[in-house]
Amino acid sequence: MRRYLADAGALARKDLLLELRARDTLPAMLLFVVSVLVVFHFALPTNASARASLGLLWVAILFTALLGLGRSFVAEREQGVLDGLVLAPSDRSAIWVGKVVSTLAFLVVAEVVALPAFALFFTAVDGSTIAGVALADVGICAVGTVLAAMAAAGRARELLLPLLFLPLAIPIIVGGVGSSLASSSGKYLGFLALYDVIFVLVAWAAFEYVVTE
Amino acid sequence: MIRARGAARRFGNKRALEPVDFELPRGGFLVVTGPNGSGKTTLLRLCAGLLIPTSGELEVNVERGEIGYLAHDPLVYRELTAIENLDLYGRLYRVPERRERIGMLLERFGLWEARGERTGSYSRGMMQRLALCRALLHDPALLILDEPGNALDAAGEELLERELEELRRERTLIVASHTPERLERFATGKLALA
Repeated sequence: MRRYLADAGALARKDLLLELRARDTLPAMLLFVVSVLVVFHFALPTNASARASLGLLWVAILFTALLGLGRSFVAEREQGVLDGLVLAPSDRSAIWVGKVVSTLAFLVVAEVVALPAFALFFTAVDGSTIAGVALADVGICAVGTVLAAMAAAGRARELLLPLLFLPLAIPIIVGGVGSSLASSSGKYLGFLALYDVIFVLVAWAAFEYVVTE
Repeated sequence: MIRARGAARRFGNKRALEPVDFELPRGGFLVVTGPNGSGKTTLLRLCAGLLIPTSGELEVNVERGEIGYLAHDPLVYRELTAIENLDLYGRLYRVPERRERIGMLLERFGLWEARGERTGSYSRGMMQRLALCRALLHDPALLILDEPGNALDAAGEELLERELEELRRERTLIVASHTPERLERFATGKLALA
């Protein structure tokens, strides 16, 4: 177990270092999420309800995550590095764990900017929304990373990832919007937690089959 | 160590590798030759375990972590330095005395001076030397080299020949090349793909 965590840690650290050097994912995510919120601000009528704007927050988070996920295997794809990682004797799911950790880190940073920006343009976010966002992030990154690896191996990868990811993200939107709007958000947070447990296990177990034949 | 019986590979309707039969015992040195598109790379990827034959049998009796694979791509990150790339692989392959081994390989392949530069700034020849360091880092029992002389200058090719001379004594090697003349003196077997 210690070795597994050390491998996943080394891979996540490598992704963070790559981003620190190349800066081609996080700045794009930040710019995107702020731009989307500005667009929504002007697109919504002035008397629109807080309920409508909270729905848009979830749309912004989902598409920002999609942007980050689309970039998550670019370095491996361009240099064929995935072959090198797959041949290493470490458990292949450690590659998935490393990618989930780094993608999650980028998404959380984007949200640290997005949530105050949302409060500025629309309405303040409460604790249950923040808890919902935190739980949704785990599910988004777990499912999205395995689908991003799948899409990276295909030809129409830019097209494939949203087509695969968005249908699987519908429960996250249902749970997320529910946690933001419902008077008793507990059941929606529980639903998001259940989604996380199921899809983390499925994605973790499936990753080996995605990166090998 | 490796036994192929009619091993072939298709990608959809396209046959990438016609059925091949060969046997490579431990300590053997197989040179794979053939024109472009004959399936050399596909055969090497099959032997490395990166592909599965679509027909026939291929037995590779070696653990995944004991294979050193030199591909067409260097399999290194361009935004990382040579040391950072090798350190990552060294951790994943659990190389004992990792730093010493990395330093020794970089020195041996003439990359010590450039160890702190991002590999994106390397020439093709330097990248190939780094790829060789990566393939040898964990002291593999089976070395699979796809066109190892690619992009190497005269000094690099001499260095490669010296390395191969040394490596063939202790390891099993499969080397694909479309200019096999320089390798033939090391070879214990030759497989010509059509």
